Amino acid sequence: MMTLRSKLITLLLSTLISAPFSIIANSAESIAFPSQEWSFNGPFGTFDRSELQRGFQVYKEICATCHSLNFISFRNLTDLGFNENEVKAIAAEFQVEDGPNNEGEMFERAAIPSDVWPTPYKNDNAARASNNGALPPDLSLIVDARSGGADYLFALLSGYHKVPAGKEIGEGMYYNAYYPGNQIAMPSPLVEDGVEYGDGTRATLVQQARDVSAFLAWATEPNMEQRKRMGVMVIIFLLVMTGLFYYSKKKIWSDVH
Amino acid sequence: MSGPKLTNPVARWIDHRLPVFTFLHHEMHEYPTPKNLNYWWNFGSLAGITLVIMIVTGIILSMHYTAHVDHAFQSVERIMRDVNYGWLIRYIHANGASFFFIVVYIHIFRGLYYGSYKAPRELLWILGVVILLLMMATAFMGYVLPWGQMSFWGATVITNLFSAIPLVGESIVTLLWGGFSVDNPTLNRFFSLHYLLPFVIVGVVVLHIVALHRFGSNNPLGIDVRGEQDTVSFHPYYTVKDMFGLSAFLTIMAAIVFFLPNSMGHPDNYIPANPMVTPAHIVPEWYFLPFYAILRAVPDKLLGVLAMFAAIGVLFILPWLDRSPVRSATFRPIYKIMFWVFLVDCVALTYLGAKPAEGIYVILSRLCTVYYFFHFIILLPALSIFETPRSLPRSIGKSVLRGGNGAPAPAPAAAREKS
Repeated sequence: MMTLRSKLITLLLSTLISAPFSIIANSAESIAFPSQEWSFNGPFGTFDRSELQRGFQVYKEICATCHSLNFISFRNLTDLGFNENEVKAIAAEFQVEDGPNNEGEMFERAAIPSDVWPTPYKNDNAARASNNGALPPDLSLIVDARSGGADYLFALLSGYHKVPAGKEIGEGMYYNAYYPGNQIAMPSPLVEDGVEYGDGTRATLVQQARDVSAFLAWATEPNMEQRKRMGVMVIIFLLVMTGLFYYSKKKIWSDVH
Repeated sequence: MSGPKLTNPVARWIDHRLPVFTFLHHEMHEYPTPKNLNYWWNFGSLAGITLVIMIVTGIILSMHYTAHVDHAFQSVERIMRDVNYGWLIRYIHANGASFFFIVVYIHIFRGLYYGSYKAPRELLWILGVVILLLMMATAFMGYVLPWGQMSFWGATVITNLFSAIPLVGESIVTLLWGGFSVDNPTLNRFFSLHYLLPFVIVGVVVLHIVALHRFGSNNPLGIDVRGEQDTVSFHPYYTVKDMFGLSAFLTIMAAIVFFLPNSMGHPDNYIPANPMVTPAHIVPEWYFLPFYAILRAVPDKLLGVLAMFAAIGVLFILPWLDRSPVRSATFRPIYKIMFWVFLVDCVALTYLGAKPAEGIYVILSRLCTVYYFFHFIILLPALSIFETPRSLPRSIGKSVLRGGNGAPAPAPAAAREKS
C-alpha cells in the first residue's frame, strides 16, 4: 500500500513536471530530423568563436542577399570574437540612409557599429516582388521560432535532395526533405565551396550549413553563454541553501517528533 | 492573546497606536498551526511567493515594454538583448507563469484530497477559486503582450468564444477588442488589465489568508485541532519548513529559467504577429489545455463555452456537492481511489487539449469531459451517502506522537502522513 502510494506520488510529480514539455514537443508536427552535436548544447555549452565567424561569413555573403537580421547591430559582432576596429571595418562596408539633415534631406553614409544590420529590401512588398511572391523571413530569432532550432535549420539547409519519384513540385518551388510539406520557395542557398573561409576550413555544403546554423543560434540568443554561466552558479547556491534549510528544519522540528 | 515583547521604545510607541507588531506576532509568529502538516501544505505559501516574484518582475518588464502593435514585439526583444539582465527578468516572468499554475494546481488537488473545502472553510475555498479565475485572465492577457503569432491568434480564438453568447455576444467581443478585430486597442486594454489584475489577486489573497486564519489550516487527518498539544507556533516551525520548500522550488525553477527557458513556450510566439497568416495549430498555454479540451469536446459552440466555464464554476459549489462529514481521503476508502481517477482524468484532458480535434482524440475528450462532470455532480454526492468512512483518530497529538498510547487502528496511516 505504501509503495503504491509513493509510486503514485512519484508518477503524479513526474507527470506534472514533464507534461508541459511533452505536450509542446508533441504539438509540433514537423518531419523528424536528426539532432546534431553543438558546442552550445547542454548546461555548460558555449559558442565556438571560429564556427560563429565562419557562419557569419556565410550569412553575410549568401543569406543576407534576401534575409534581414533586424535585431543584430554591428556592435554585437564583438561577441563573435572580432575586435572593435574589425567591427568598424565590417560596418564601413555598408551604406545606410540617415537624416534628415539640417536641410531636411535624407543622405547616405557609411554604417557605424551602432547601426542595425541593413535590410536587403525596402519593405516586405519589395521582398515578395523579388522572390516569386514569397517573403524571406527575418533571421534574428529563427532558431527559437522553429521547433527543433539549430538542428532543424541544419537539416533544412542540407536537405535539398533529388525529388523522389512520384512527388509533384509546384512551379517556382523546390523539394526539401525537411521543410513541412516538402515544398519550399527558397532554392538551395548553399553550394560546395560557395564561400572561401579565411581559416582554411574546407567550405563543404554541410560545413557551411553547420556554421551558419550555429551563427543563427547565436543571433537568436546572444546572451546564452551569460545565461548558462549564471545558471550554474545560481543552481549551486540554491542547492547549498536548500541543504541548509533542510538541516535547520530537521533541527528545529526535533523537539516535536 | 499575548503581544510581542518589544524592547525598542520607538516600536513600542508605534505599536501602542498602530498595533502592526502585535498583529504580525499574532498572525505570523505564534499563529497555531497543526503539527502534522505534510509537504503538500507548502504549496500555499509557495503560490504567494510566486505571485510576488511575478509582480516584481512584471513591474520591471513594464518599464521597458511598449504596448503598441508596431513596437511590442521589438520592445520585448530589446528587453532580451539590450536591457541589463532583461533576458533574466523576462525568462523568470514567462516561466514563472507556468510555475505559478503548477504550484496552484498542486495546491488545489491537495485541497481536494484532504477535503479542505469542507465546513467551516467553504469561503476560504471559494476565494481560492476566485483567485484561480483571476490568474487565468491575467495569464491569458499576459501571453498576448509579446505580440507574437500565438499571442495574436490565441487572443483571436479566445475572445471570439464570447460571440457564442446569444444576443449580446457580438457586442461583448467588440467591447473586448475595442474595435472590429484584435488590434492595437485590444493590446492596450490587455496591457492595462494585465497590470491591474495581479493587484486584485493580492487583495483576494489577503481575504484568502484572513479566512484561513479564522479556523487555521486543515491537516492530513482532516480532524479539528483539539488544543495546544495538536499545534505548533507558525514561527519557527513552519517558516523554516516553508523556506526549505521554497529553496527546493526555486532550484527547480532556476533549472528551467537558466537551461530550458523556452521549453514551455511555443516557437511560433517568436514570429511577430501577422493577421494575414494563421499558424498551423493554435494551441493555448499548457495550463489552459484541460479547459480547452472540454471546450472542443462539446459539438455546440455556446454549450462548449458554457461547459468550459462550468468546469471551474462547479468548484464554487463543491463544498455542497461533497456532503461527507469526513474531510481527509485517508479515511475515505472509495473517495481516495476516485480522487486518483479524477486526477488521471484531468491529466488526460490536458494531453487531449494539445492534440488536434480529430478521430480518437475527439471521442476521448468527450469521455474525459463527461467523467469530469460526473465526478463532481454525481459521484461526490453519491459517495457522501453510500461510502462508509474508516474510524477517525481521536486527536492530532495522539496520532502524531511516536509511541503515544491510545491511538486506535488509523494511527499507522497518520504516521505515514508525517514521514
